Amino acid sequence: MTIAVAEGLTESLAVEHRGGFRRRWYRTPSFVAGVLIIGTIIALCLLAPVLTSHSPTDQDLNHILQGPSSEHWLGTDQLGRDEFARILYGGRVDLRVAFLAVLFPFVLGTTLGCIAGYYGRFMDTGIMRLVDVVVAFPFYVLVIALVFALGPGARSIYIAITLVGWVSYARILRGEILVAKRQEYILAAQAAGFRDFRIIVRHLLPNVITQAIVYAMSDIVLDILAIVTLGYLGLGIQPPTPDWGGMIADGQAFLTTKWELSTIPGVVVVITALGLSLIGDGLADLLRPE
Amino acid sequence: MSAQAILDVQDLRVEIPLSRGTVHAVDGASFQLEPGESLGLVGESGCGKSMTLRAILGLLPQPGKIVGGQVLFEGEDLTAASQGRLRDVRGAGIGIIFQEPMTALNPVMRVGDQIAEGPMVHLGQSRSEARKRAFELMRQVGIPDPTRRAAAYPHELSGGMRQRVMIAIALACEPRLILCDEPTTALDVTIQDQILKLLHSLRTDFGVSVVFVTHDLAVVAQTCERIAVMYAGQVVETGTVDEVFRSPRHPYTLGLLRSVPRFDVVRQTLDSIAGQPPDLVVPPSGCRFHPRCPYAQDDCLEGAFPLRPLGAGSGRATACIHDDACVAAVASEPVIADV
Repeated sequence: MTIAVAEGLTESLAVEHRGGFRRRWYRTPSFVAGVLIIGTIIALCLLAPVLTSHSPTDQDLNHILQGPSSEHWLGTDQLGRDEFARILYGGRVDLRVAFLAVLFPFVLGTTLGCIAGYYGRFMDTGIMRLVDVVVAFPFYVLVIALVFALGPGARSIYIAITLVGWVSYARILRGEILVAKRQEYILAAQAAGFRDFRIIVRHLLPNVITQAIVYAMSDIVLDILAIVTLGYLGLGIQPPTPDWGGMIADGQAFLTTKWELSTIPGVVVVITALGLSLIGDGLADLLRPE
Repeated sequence: MSAQAILDVQDLRVEIPLSRGTVHAVDGASFQLEPGESLGLVGESGCGKSMTLRAILGLLPQPGKIVGGQVLFEGEDLTAASQGRLRDVRGAGIGIIFQEPMTALNPVMRVGDQIAEGPMVHLGQSRSEARKRAFELMRQVGIPDPTRRAAAYPHELSGGMRQRVMIAIALACEPRLILCDEPTTALDVTIQDQILKLLHSLRTDFGVSVVFVTHDLAVVAQTCERIAVMYAGQVVETGTVDEVFRSPRHPYTLGLLRSVPRFDVVRQTLDSIAGQPPDLVVPPSGCRFHPRCPYAQDDCLEGAFPLRPLGAGSGRATACIHDDACVAAVASEPVIADV
């Protein structure tokens, strides 16, 4: 027992040095940079009513296509709407849609991936054949076709991206679970008499969800681009609600005279995508098992 | 054997169909365990020891399955039990301790939560009750400062501490039977000794029965009252540890005991059992051991070799029909089982 006590004392030191997520995140530069960029963008969008007194939808046909001024920081568009206000309010819409459009496929794909990986056999065969069917179509083709069929709007975007996007999560989770379920601690959990649901949720998921979270970060980027693309094609957020894709499309006609109308929303999309990618990179580093 | 053995494995058969043929992993193994008793299940790698343990819990690896025999736990046949009933028995009736505590503990769960989970599921305890129970168990298995250690993750603990956590998990729901699958193989010798002493004291304190799977005869000598020797998926000899170690009645047991290194005799090479363990896809006919047996005769090549009781009521039995050869061999060179 004395040895056990001594052993315990040396270990108590080790326990103090636990380097979890909480203690290491600020030492991962890409994560910090990403969080700063996305945090700034979200803060700007949330503070839109404070930052600008202009409405994103009010037209002022006496002041159309004006350059930047102290009144309109980024100028006005072809209907005299304040470009800066439209960027901020458009960000609210685009970011909300993008995050939700990641959440739904994440949940659906994770659930189906867990079932396929854990139970195997015909469950696995059924779900993975469904995945094959969806994967056979290019992402954009299927999303655009679905939104076209469902009619434009945020709700259609959620449905279309969920129906198409879940396959990636299902594949990631299935693969991870196939490996993890062979681990002895899963056998131990089964030998402890736990139900499958508890084993999957409490024992398997925490061990395998990391990959899906990291993928979700890059998926948000993809979804923002998809939403912007849909907006550009006229299938996304419908006017007069502002949206970055729609702004790029509207500004296109004036590209030779007022290039900033399309370019600024484009740059904002790029910066947002960059920030999310950096967060994804940082998370991949931080959540990697030691 | 009394009617109410806590565990009665009768003619258990486990087959694993593989592409190159069916592996007869357990091929008619039988043994019994009285309440409060500890049984050592010994044999070389691949003789079906671990498969037997997993078959008892109904947790065979795919695509293995039980094709015959019975596993009677407190008189109830577990091979015929429903999944729900098996879940109740696992953990609450039968606990298990694995060989490698690092891989058998969930790496992303705090050890306190892992100990508390069983009581919450099986005993219906609240989270706070289960936490108290976890602290108490950690104290009982000799983990100092449990309130703080409960917050640690498995990788932050040493091997010995991890194995103590495993033992605490196995004990958490007060099972009547604990299965140990080589619980000390992954530990160094000093820690191994501590863990064995701990298991021994817990066995007397809690009054649980223990099945000890191991290939280490020294561990059996230290912890078990009875021994069952397995070879090629069958139990070939059983009896009290004292009797079996002093006068083995099966050539395989004799070979195992002769191959234990001894300190009192100077030798250049270790004795070993000639030949290879048999291929369990096509096991040898007759006595499974005959191709490696120094005493094999023509009548060993055919027929079935069930356990044959030696003396009524003693629980001593052997599958060998020429066990007098072993008796003679021990008489000429004693096996001093002082391991």
